[in-house]
Amino acid sequence: MALLRQCALLLALLIVFSTPCKAAALEVDIAEVGSNYSSKSTDTETSTNVTTPTITTLPIVIWKWHHVETPYLVALWILTCWLCKLVCELNHSFTSVIPESGLLIMMGFILGGIVWGADQAQTFKLLPVNFFYYLLPQIVLDASYCMPNKLFFSNLGAILVHAVIGTCWNAGTVGVALWACYEWGAMGTLNIGPLQFLLFGALMSAVDPVAVIAVFEEVHVNEVLYILVFGESLLNDGVTVVLYNVFDAFVSLGGPKINAEEIIKGIISFFVVAFGGSFLGVVFAILISMLTRVTKNVQVIEAGFIIVLGYLSYLTAEMLSLSAILSITFCGVCCQKYINANMDEKSVTTLRYTLKVMANGSETMIFVFLGVSAIDRNIWVWNTGFILLTILFIIVFRFMGVFFLNWLLNKTRLIPIDITDQIVMSYGGLRGAVAYGLAAILDEKKIPEKNLMLGTTLIVVYFTVVLQGITMKPFVQWLKVKKATISDLTLNGKINNRTFEHTLTAMEDICGRMGDNWWTRHWKHFEEKYVCWLLMNSDARKHNDNIFGAFHKLNLEDAKNYVTAGEKKGSLAFIRNDDNASVDFKKKLALDYANFMPDMMSDMSEYDFGIDNVPVVSGMKNQIPSVSLDIHEQDRKSMPDDLNAHHLLEQHLYKSRRFNRPTYSRSHYKSSENPDEMQEIFQRTMRSRLESFKSAKMGVNPAKKLSKHPKKDSSHKPNGKPADPNRTYPYGDEDFEYSADSASSSEIAGHFPRRSTNAPGAGVDNPAFIPEVDTSAPMRNPPWQTEPGNNTAVAPSQRLPWTPTNLRHLAPLRRSARSADSIAMADASVDEEAPEEKPGKHNTRL
Amino acid sequence: MGSTSSTLLKIPNVEELVQETGFSPAHIIRLYDRFKVLDKEGRGHLCPKDFGAIKELAMNPIRDRIISAFFSPGKETVDFYTFVKIMAHFRPVDKDRPKDPNSPEPINSRSNKLKFAFQLYDQDKDGKISRDELLKVLRDMLGMQVTEEQLESIADRTIQEADLDRDDAISFEEFRKSLEKVNIDHKMSIRFLR
Repeated sequence: MALLRQCALLLALLIVFSTPCKAAALEVDIAEVGSNYSSKSTDTETSTNVTTPTITTLPIVIWKWHHVETPYLVALWILTCWLCKLVCELNHSFTSVIPESGLLIMMGFILGGIVWGADQAQTFKLLPVNFFYYLLPQIVLDASYCMPNKLFFSNLGAILVHAVIGTCWNAGTVGVALWACYEWGAMGTLNIGPLQFLLFGALMSAVDPVAVIAVFEEVHVNEVLYILVFGESLLNDGVTVVLYNVFDAFVSLGGPKINAEEIIKGIISFFVVAFGGSFLGVVFAILISMLTRVTKNVQVIEAGFIIVLGYLSYLTAEMLSLSAILSITFCGVCCQKYINANMDEKSVTTLRYTLKVMANGSETMIFVFLGVSAIDRNIWVWNTGFILLTILFIIVFRFMGVFFLNWLLNKTRLIPIDITDQIVMSYGGLRGAVAYGLAAILDEKKIPEKNLMLGTTLIVVYFTVVLQGITMKPFVQWLKVKKATISDLTLNGKINNRTFEHTLTAMEDICGRMGDNWWTRHWKHFEEKYVCWLLMNSDARKHNDNIFGAFHKLNLEDAKNYVTAGEKKGSLAFIRNDDNASVDFKKKLALDYANFMPDMMSDMSEYDFGIDNVPVVSGMKNQIPSVSLDIHEQDRKSMPDDLNAHHLLEQHLYKSRRFNRPTYSRSHYKSSENPDEMQEIFQRTMRSRLESFKSAKMGVNPAKKLSKHPKKDSSHKPNGKPADPNRTYPYGDEDFEYSADSASSSEIAGHFPRRSTNAPGAGVDNPAFIPEVDTSAPMRNPPWQTEPGNNTAVAPSQRLPWTPTNLRHLAPLRRSARSADSIAMADASVDEEAPEEKPGKHNTRL
Repeated sequence: MGSTSSTLLKIPNVEELVQETGFSPAHIIRLYDRFKVLDKEGRGHLCPKDFGAIKELAMNPIRDRIISAFFSPGKETVDFYTFVKIMAHFRPVDKDRPKDPNSPEPINSRSNKLKFAFQLYDQDKDGKISRDELLKVLRDMLGMQVTEEQLESIADRTIQEADLDRDDAISFEEFRKSLEKVNIDHKMSIRFLR
């Protein structure tokens, strides 16, 4: 038992590193300690699986705990913290009352208690070095990378006012007020001078983004309020650190040495550090964006570049003693647009999720360790006056600051900040790990009452995160704060936004004044002309349009929903040759059929036409779609008719070959680009086309007369609804609306930015499937199976691979590798198949 | 102060304008000065080519529509009174002003702002945005970035979204519905007109 405890102590020492500058020395220490430990353990323990200095025989396995203990413990702690999060999230009725951050802190208490119980000392705690170098950067990077860019920049003025002036105000007033109270005698005798109070005020003014996000994410306040609180908390950290450093320097200098010159220097250094950090971040953002222009060939690690460079921007700023947090913040905010456009869609997703995992992971660890750190006898120096007054002052002065600054801002704001919003803003001033981290790096030599400050900081953190966190939600509801309106992505909205923007700038021009829109417009102009040229690759530049992006995203969503809904409704059952399901599809088909062919024809003619005048095409042609419509194709293929065994076999054989090909590749995701396969597909295609053409000529495959149908009418395709309200449903089959409900659910899908390189055209048509489209006709109806009744199914089947009616808006964007002549051929065959089509279809229906 | 009131006196129907648009006299004077600058020949009214002479406007892809919004159908000129009334559409909504149920709807109300935007699309003034009309606007705004067929499908899809009665056009009612969640007060207001 004693050994165990010793082990634990030792490991704790190892995991909880001191400063990195002492790394070398520490290594020696570790080595020494390690050797001590091993010798000790050999002394006490006689079991054979421990390494012994002298080997008498060849050991089969060796117990090498001390080799791995540091990383092992780190990993174990990470696992423990994440398990805590898991436990917290088990019951949602609980987290809806107490915010998760609060729960995690409480978990931390328990864990800390366990450690204390085992060791009778605090062996694990959150070290500032670990916090600032390994836990904080990814949180800030994630927050800034996912920041709603436009909202952030359009409110940047207000955010900066709050972050800079508000923070200085808080730091100053809290420090001065505490000092005044101390002089007045409210805290008894403490060894704290006015400068130390100011230093304490500075570290107390850090509104913590982690705590703020954790609480506000669950509250769903309106977006302006959210961005104000969140942006402020993010930038405010940077400002706080700067302020802290300035006051720290003042404290080191000592009271008498501070004169006007030093104060001016302090102010200058404040601005240099803050703006220098921001500038460095922008520089890194430019670097990252330029780098992603050329990372196409190393797509697997593309996302890693951003993380590493982001981290480097943090470290570089730290190295230059600029504000690291501001640096990484601006790096993330500025580069997001360009890297999202430059990188492959997969990389963007990877980056997003990686950052989320890292940020959420470290957030969890921070909160747990904030709890664990509390269980330490040494830091608890209780001083009721000091603690209570601190809590009082930070709240009171925060309210005052926010109200005053908002009053100033409201004088010029287009949409003033409501009084309720202001209250929430003030109340949302949660203190968190940054304050704790800063308190923990206080130097005990300079500040004798460090432990009191640390303890007070912890109490303030618990108070704000737990108590304010719990009360925040009811408070927001009680105040009836405007909640976020979940606006769906609509083309109408996007287009009208654009119109409004243009209108406003035009009006400003007519008025001859430079308003907000003037700046926006000129920035946009500048961006389009120079910034995009510099930071985006040419492909991304071409498709860098908002409206078009929205259109693309909507189409993708539709396609996805179509597939899922199709699967749900029994297409899989149909593959098992389930009769009911097949009937459904037949009906559906019959309905679509009526006005579907004309669509296709017109689409295709448009396509033919377009291919020459579209310069973009060449870029897209060879792209494999970002969304693979495999299943989709599969569904449609299998929908239509009585499957005969031959077809089924053929299809599956083909498929299986596709899927069995070894798909693992160390550095590429894409498996469908096998040149052999493409070659094979091409050959098959040509052969089958030839066959279908021949058979059509012989009149084996009936088809519908196309020319009889009127040109397509777009009113027939309301989004996802069965086409024409006036159309009769021969089978009373109105409920076959599977995309109607899917369309309504389409908004749920994620809000990931579009990958512009994946132009819509490229995403729609997978060349790998084209051959099957064409082969289907002859294959399904081999001559020996051609019966009058069966024939009929063929014609629809030919249609099916095309977009169904309710996805019609996808159709015009088809741009495949198919050559124009193949289309002409298809047209020809269809035309020739026409005469017998109608009676045939009739048969199917009956 | 003296100069202010003397400028005000020169403007016809000032009280009425203040009453109707909600602009402060200072705003009206500022607009009047601007009006005089635009009206180079001093005729007391503006014609389309005066607007065309504003060089910043040249960059605007939908400038022709916006300019024509100043002119009521069949008229070639716009006087100061109408000019200010058009500008009043973009005055931010003031919440402090007590709501008088009897007073007519202010020019800068939500629905008037929407109407202004709507008529930018609806060039033939039939109360509906047809597919062609939408297509023209899209072509102006998206320009070279997308191909014609992409434009067409965007237009189709846009109409589908808003079109409730399936007449393949967007009526004003549908237009308003589609923008229900958009904060028009925010998006169709200019700060310095407050």
